[in-house]
Amino acid sequence: MSEKVLMKGNEAIAEAAILSGCRHYFGYPITPQTEIAAYMAKRMPKIGGTFLQAESEIAAINMVYGTSGAGYRVMTSSSSPGVSLKQEGISYIAGADLPCLIVNVQRGGPGLGGIQPSQSDYFQATKGGGHGDYHLIVLAPASVQEMANMTVRAFDLADKYRMPAMLLADGTMGQMMEPVEFPDIKANKVEKPWAVTGTQMKRKHNIINSLYLNPEELEKKNEERFARYAEIEEKETLYESFMMDDAEYCVAAFGIAARVSKNAIVEARAQGIKVGLIRPITLWPFPKKAFDEAADKVKGFITVELSMGQMIEDVELATKCRRPVIPCNRTGGMIPSPDQVLSAIKKIAGGDQ
Amino acid sequence: MIVFEKPKSLTDVPLHYCPGCTHGIIHRLVAEAIDELGIEGRTVGVAPVGCAVMAYDYFTCDMVEAAHGRAPAVATGLKRATPDNIIFTYQGDGDLASIGTAETIHAATRNENITVIFVNNAIYGMTGGQMAPTSLPGQVTQTSPYGRDVKTVGYPIRMCEMLATMEGPEYIARVAVNNVKNVRNAKKVIQKAFENQVNGLGFSLVEVVSSCPTNWGMTPQKALEWVNDKMIPYYPLGVYKDRSAAKEGKE
Amino acid sequence: MAKVTFNTDLCKGCGLCVDACPKHILEIATDKINMKGHSPAQITDQSACIGCASCAVMCPDCVITVEK
Repeated sequence: MSEKVLMKGNEAIAEAAILSGCRHYFGYPITPQTEIAAYMAKRMPKIGGTFLQAESEIAAINMVYGTSGAGYRVMTSSSSPGVSLKQEGISYIAGADLPCLIVNVQRGGPGLGGIQPSQSDYFQATKGGGHGDYHLIVLAPASVQEMANMTVRAFDLADKYRMPAMLLADGTMGQMMEPVEFPDIKANKVEKPWAVTGTQMKRKHNIINSLYLNPEELEKKNEERFARYAEIEEKETLYESFMMDDAEYCVAAFGIAARVSKNAIVEARAQGIKVGLIRPITLWPFPKKAFDEAADKVKGFITVELSMGQMIEDVELATKCRRPVIPCNRTGGMIPSPDQVLSAIKKIAGGDQ
Repeated sequence: MIVFEKPKSLTDVPLHYCPGCTHGIIHRLVAEAIDELGIEGRTVGVAPVGCAVMAYDYFTCDMVEAAHGRAPAVATGLKRATPDNIIFTYQGDGDLASIGTAETIHAATRNENITVIFVNNAIYGMTGGQMAPTSLPGQVTQTSPYGRDVKTVGYPIRMCEMLATMEGPEYIARVAVNNVKNVRNAKKVIQKAFENQVNGLGFSLVEVVSSCPTNWGMTPQKALEWVNDKMIPYYPLGVYKDRSAAKEGKE
Repeated sequence: MAKVTFNTDLCKGCGLCVDACPKHILEIATDKINMKGHSPAQITDQSACIGCASCAVMCPDCVITVEK
């Protein structure tokens, strides 16, 4: 379909996944992403795909591991507490070099937390979450259109680099309705000679595994994986630059925080403050170079997050702490207002109103 | 004329199991079933966490290593993706009846068309002999050094009896491998559990009452005697559910 | 004639075959060890073998091949 339709963010993910050739979905209900499961429950049986509500988020991620091992595009979705449950399974998927898509529509935490939006799983998504040395490709959409586009991208990148990809959305992205179009998506087919499809008596057996009891072998596996990660950092980093050409101050934000920040930036500009935005779209790989280069030109950064401040550390690291970085945060399900972001911009720009 | 030899579906890798460990017998019975049904080329096995973690080195078919307890979920993912393939799990008592209880029950209730081999030796072997959910009352293990006290840690779980009450699964059976007669019977039951999958009948689980000489602190021979004298009375052998046979009986 | 052959280096000397043999013609060697350091099982009287394969059925390591 290439005409625009009004869709909920959660449903846009599901539709884009199907158009990308994903025919297997395993999930479990949890607010605010249950629409993805409900959409898949309706769509998958009609196209000969699999929809299964698993007994838990743990079971779901292990079903994903199985289907991915057999060489098929597969996804699961959940929200923060459910994604915590999946961490062991995600580590296994990463350790077995398997592709898949995990969607986290974040809600307030920690613990049972709340059902309103948050961005407080940034650390979990980008710094591990599960045990061991590994990364996920983490994509942060900031519109319903991006919920669709990033889903397509996630499947392609996961297959290309043989690793799990995560769509890190927040409750607002999941619940909001915006026009979205699904351009002709060619479900990119990647050869998977490593998949456990059955030997058909024509080849030696394939083993999907992450156990390497020999330390030299395990070290080698880790190094090979990180060599792939280095290639991804080189080639797949994505970000948006907004009004940065002559900016003296830079706002760093992703997802809903970036949309709010754009409003504040436009207002700040109207008041004569030269401020711009760098919006990371890949949270891993983080656009370190973009921030590093910006630090040569701007006098300071403002990070806007729906958390107690997690991405701020990556901004400080990328800029080697050579410029002040002030946080503008809300958490618990609260969303920063454009006024709040504007106040933070004014604070760092030195004038007070 | 050869009347008994190693099955083709076992690799040449020497088994790492302890001398007299019944895993070796059970692996062979699974491989014999795969050979005799001619399904080696389309079988995928799921290995557990436990002594049999390296089962992926012993079978010639494609293999997947699963997280502890999650093999039925992994098998579900494999079966839904490749329904014409024969998917089996091979799990110990901790894997299937402790951490994996939910996965076991739900795969059974969904009548997932897979074959589950459940090796019950009433102990956690690989980690050095801790109490299992199937350890017997009074049984001494590393984590029940004064004997399993049912008052504080509860009673052992009889998985077959429990699963057989469910409407979902097709075939639930318990066998043992402590003597020649029982091994020959176990072979037939395991073959049926695979045949059921080939015929699309659904979830088939075989519990194999087994020994762990090393962690029971016995010789292989004494361990098999313990299976006979203590395990089998608590875990009686038999077919607990056979939906197709029951249907046929009614016709 | 019934005959059993042992892939001696795979044997772990567990003795389950010895107990299983209805003719009691298997034993664990006392004067030799295999590549892994185990004392392997061996047959004392091949001519008495009836090819029942009880030994092979109990062997966890597929050491024994039986011919008839």
